[in-house]
Amino acid sequence: MRRTLRFLLGDTLREIETVDPTLTVLDWLRIEERLTGTKEGCAEGDCGACTVVVGRLAGGRVCYEAVNACIRFLATLDGCQLLTVEHLKRPDGSLHPVQQAMVDSHGSQCGFCTPGFVMSLFALWLNEDRPGTQRIKDVLAGNLCRCTGYAPIIAAAHAMYDLPADRPADATVQLQALRDDETLSIGAAGRRFHAPGTLAALAALLAAEPDATLVAGATDVGLWVTKFQRVLPSVIYLGRVAELRRIEETETAIEIGSGVTYSEALPALARLYPDLGELLRRLGALQVRNVGTIGGNIANGSPIGDTPPALIALGATLVLRQGETRRSLPLEDFFLAYGKQDRQKGEIAEFVSIPKLTGETKFRAYKITKRFDQDISAVCGAFLVELAAGKGRAHPHRLRRHGRHAEARGRGRAGPARPNLDARDHRSGADCAGRRFHAARRLARLRRLSRHGRVQSAAEILRRDERSRGRDAAGRRPEPGPCLRRR
Amino acid sequence: MPEAPITERKRIQGGVHASQCHDSAHKHVAGEAIYIDDIAEPAGLLHVYLGLSTVAHAHIRSIDLAKVAAAPGVVRVVTAADIPGRNDVGSMGLGDEPLFATELVETVGQPIFAVAAKTREQARRAATLAEITYDRLDPVLDIAAARPEAKLVFSPLRLERGDAAAAIAAAPRRLEGRIAIGGQEHFYLESQIALAIPGEDGDMLVHSSTQHPSEIQHIVSHVLHVPSHAVTVEARRMGGGFGGKETQANLFAAAAALVARLTGRAAKLRPDRDDDFRITGKRHDFEADYRVGFDQDGRIHGVDLLLAARCGYSADLSGPVTDRACFHGDNAYFYPDVLIRSLPLKTNTVSNTAFRGFGGPQGVVAAERIIEEIAYAVGKDPLEIRKLNFYGTADRNVTPYHQIVTDNILPELIAELEENVDYQARRAAIRAHNATGPWLRKGIALTPVKFGISFTATHFNQAGALVHVYADGSVQLNHGGTEMGQGLYTKVAQVVAEEFQLDLDRIRITATNTGKVPNTSATAASSGADLNGMAAQAAARTIKERLIEFAAGHWHVAREDIVFLPNRVRIGSQEMGFGELTAQAYRARVSLSSTGFYKTPDIHWDRAAGRGNPFYYFGYGAAVSEVTIDTLTGEYTLDRVDILHDVGRSLNPAIDLGQIEGGFIQGAGWLTTEELWWDAEGRLRTHAPSTYKIPACGDCPPVFNVRLFDGANRQPTIYRSKAVGEPPLMLGASVLHALSDAIASVADYRLCPQLDTPATPERVLFCLERLKRRAATP
Repeated sequence: MRRTLRFLLGDTLREIETVDPTLTVLDWLRIEERLTGTKEGCAEGDCGACTVVVGRLAGGRVCYEAVNACIRFLATLDGCQLLTVEHLKRPDGSLHPVQQAMVDSHGSQCGFCTPGFVMSLFALWLNEDRPGTQRIKDVLAGNLCRCTGYAPIIAAAHAMYDLPADRPADATVQLQALRDDETLSIGAAGRRFHAPGTLAALAALLAAEPDATLVAGATDVGLWVTKFQRVLPSVIYLGRVAELRRIEETETAIEIGSGVTYSEALPALARLYPDLGELLRRLGALQVRNVGTIGGNIANGSPIGDTPPALIALGATLVLRQGETRRSLPLEDFFLAYGKQDRQKGEIAEFVSIPKLTGETKFRAYKITKRFDQDISAVCGAFLVELAAGKGRAHPHRLRRHGRHAEARGRGRAGPARPNLDARDHRSGADCAGRRFHAARRLARLRRLSRHGRVQSAAEILRRDERSRGRDAAGRRPEPGPCLRRR
Repeated sequence: MPEAPITERKRIQGGVHASQCHDSAHKHVAGEAIYIDDIAEPAGLLHVYLGLSTVAHAHIRSIDLAKVAAAPGVVRVVTAADIPGRNDVGSMGLGDEPLFATELVETVGQPIFAVAAKTREQARRAATLAEITYDRLDPVLDIAAARPEAKLVFSPLRLERGDAAAAIAAAPRRLEGRIAIGGQEHFYLESQIALAIPGEDGDMLVHSSTQHPSEIQHIVSHVLHVPSHAVTVEARRMGGGFGGKETQANLFAAAAALVARLTGRAAKLRPDRDDDFRITGKRHDFEADYRVGFDQDGRIHGVDLLLAARCGYSADLSGPVTDRACFHGDNAYFYPDVLIRSLPLKTNTVSNTAFRGFGGPQGVVAAERIIEEIAYAVGKDPLEIRKLNFYGTADRNVTPYHQIVTDNILPELIAELEENVDYQARRAAIRAHNATGPWLRKGIALTPVKFGISFTATHFNQAGALVHVYADGSVQLNHGGTEMGQGLYTKVAQVVAEEFQLDLDRIRITATNTGKVPNTSATAASSGADLNGMAAQAAARTIKERLIEFAAGHWHVAREDIVFLPNRVRIGSQEMGFGELTAQAYRARVSLSSTGFYKTPDIHWDRAAGRGNPFYYFGYGAAVSEVTIDTLTGEYTLDRVDILHDVGRSLNPAIDLGQIEGGFIQGAGWLTTEELWWDAEGRLRTHAPSTYKIPACGDCPPVFNVRLFDGANRQPTIYRSKAVGEPPLMLGASVLHALSDAIASVADYRLCPQLDTPATPERVLFCLERLKRRAATP
């Protein structure tokens, strides 16, 4: 048991013995350290003004990720390196290329969002060489700017690679020195934060504190704290449990550990299920995907749905674990009612297993939102259809399956067009949009059609998709593709 | 500072017309620009939080704050009873906007009390512990509900010329309709904030994120019951304003100052983002009812336009905002006979306020709808109808408020844009594409803007500046304008640099401060550079004049032989550094400090008569937008935008381009994805970026060309430049009309889509379905 939180702030080791378990990185920086370069715009992970870069060891090297400081708990930085906008200037006081490019491109006006943009761009600069404009837009989708209209910031993202620079000092050695499997247990005023390093330690902690709040990315729990001001007596952080961070592929399925972030899961999922990749590309924004997990999305029954509609349509199975006991169930059966999941005390969601598509199954997911990026679904529809010998007919069994998903909506379960009915929740705008959205009626109509084994509409959609993805009957690739913004 | 070497440079660095970067850019990118929440906190600082009404309309039966006062860390709880002066923070001084409600609450989010604690977290928690009971009254929440009773927050405006009713009746064709135009949340990235620091003799220093320091000063002095001289307001920069900090900062500054006064301790108030959404006013949503008479060519004969606005529970700026909507109900078009009226309706919602364009955009959107309706009625491209109805130069040039348009450049500007972007060929290609009946339809539209520049309240069109030249030749500049990211400080400093012929880095820009320049106007109405640039120029010229006078006498040369060259001065046959001259002038006891003052000439406005010359000049621009819509889902993309905009002779092309691009995207957001939604209880349910969607990076069109129109302001403004803050926002209307054009294709362009705003994917889908149904009905 370790009683000291250890992380690097820049290249300085910080060791902290007393900390509020849900103190955010942002409040720590701004209030306790008076490092005020990092800004609070929304305190809910939606605007990116608080973006910082966190370095963590992955595969023997430091992986740098942009994250929202406003909903990340300080104690989750254990073993990491925290870089803020204050760390970018060179020792001689000159600006980093990312900063200089922003100045040269007139990328700041009021300047309040700018530190966040600079840090998102800094992470991009560290990780990728000369990405294209679409990639830049995806990376910056979580940083809102109200002044510039973004064009000069996109220009800066291109121009920053033209300026000479040296990479920051490598922190691998320093971070390796901080690495251990010890359970970190820290807190203040009787409230505790535990970060076990192994599944066994996690099981023991859960047995001792079955009421503790389990936290992975805190992209939802963070808001309980910043928006609803909930006081969590005990928090168990899953991010250090190596066994939960595995991605395993078998011949028939892929298993995603519940500690795997969206960003980590995305490449494999996008390869196996391109439409799921598209959904994930639009889930939250990069800062959220870098810490949020599919396991957390499922386990706390997030009212926004996000991945469950697609995973249910794909026939995913959830595996829960309590000590050495495991049980698995179809994902749709995990959601009992609004905000109520089939998770017993002391149980954790260990991984989700998603069957691979076979030759004749087609998976399609559609998300309709007011804004393309980083928005809550007004309608989310996910369909798994088995084609009979290329005739555009669906297999009756599979049809019933996706028909059930459409029905699930009416019962307030995870499924297509999952409306938000929680009056307390700040995201209830999705509710009004979702309920009134005409397309929901289209899905209902589709469902009725499906019952009779007629899937004209689905077949139409599929045909149109085929056209956009592949070649048409004459072997031409239609241009532009008939699906908006799909890659 | 050592004197720069005398060089032979022909041009100073950072003078007028140079694309100088923002004065704070290097600080923005390093996190070194200090916003109010970044100021080092005074010892003993208290954090203030507001207790808000949870109901839209009610008599307050009881207020029990015992639990609030007993909460951990709480130092003081304040209510209306603690206010030494007037319980009113309304900008119009009408007494309709109490700092703290006492008997009546008229909107959800109206403050009832404030609590001060040692930490912000403690204050926030404590504020939730109040026990307040209400006797509920029926709330009036939207325009439809407000119309029958027609309770107004301000007297309506009536602009009339000729006989609209008769002209419409006599016209060969007539039509009427309504467009609903949504509101808009400012979403400045830095939320409202104030820090009040008490001094001696009742003095109060208030750091406020405000566009209007003088109004903060007045409000704080009224609330604290002290003269204006006891209150100093300072504002170095805002993290965005957009009109949202023209009056809406009053409440926060007053509450912080009240706590500071009562406790003798510094006090800071910063609401959480969601509370900022709930408390502060927004852009007004409107319903515009139009009746128009026209001929078979599409030429307008008469227009009757009624602009009904949801103003919220108090007047705030709703009077002037709805006035400006009327002033722009013509946009760029001549209405031979016209009647335009406003209807500023009182509702039990947040008190709507200034927002970039100040009602003008809603007027423009209404005007463009009228044009579009006529175009579909006569079966022509809306652009043809636009051109047909533009103001003339020699005739057809009188506005509904009887001002003659003398500077109309739209015909040339539009012709240039239309040709440069290949509008006609692209439109034809889009028609051909859509004719093949694809799911994805394309649309294109060109819309213009003509925007009147000046405060319509004539007395606001004044500004002051204060310039100090120190003996070493360095210059300190102050003026009444505020910096919200628009680059005003940079532009005004460029003017002073130009005047003295000094490199820009010799000019130190200082925070706007009511102790330096008094009685200032809001930085609003796009007027910041016009007014403050002229005032600063006047101050600099006064000092320059004294230097010339001194040099002529001291070195015995003619005044004409004294020339200010870059960073140096030629006096007869000798040259010396600017600092050398100022050092000599100081020793000769020459005053090197001066104020400057400017008032806009030639403007007057008689509101009761609806007549006058409210605007000094007009700013013009036009945009072409091209979109693709998915007819199965209503989703769309903005594919290409081309803008040609008139800023006169730009003071700073880089900053002006930034204003145009940013304004356009903000306008496009207003008309597309930004949807405010209140529930039946009057609670705003889109109160954070999770649910309220301003444009994101991916919404920036892949092709986005912005150019400045080449031409000087015909009026003698500062270096013949033009205002740039607001006009480009209205170019966002081109996106709305491009969407409309794409939608119209599903009914073979026979029916006007009548697309309301915001045109969310949902609304586009509804519109598509409605059009298909109507097209199928014989």
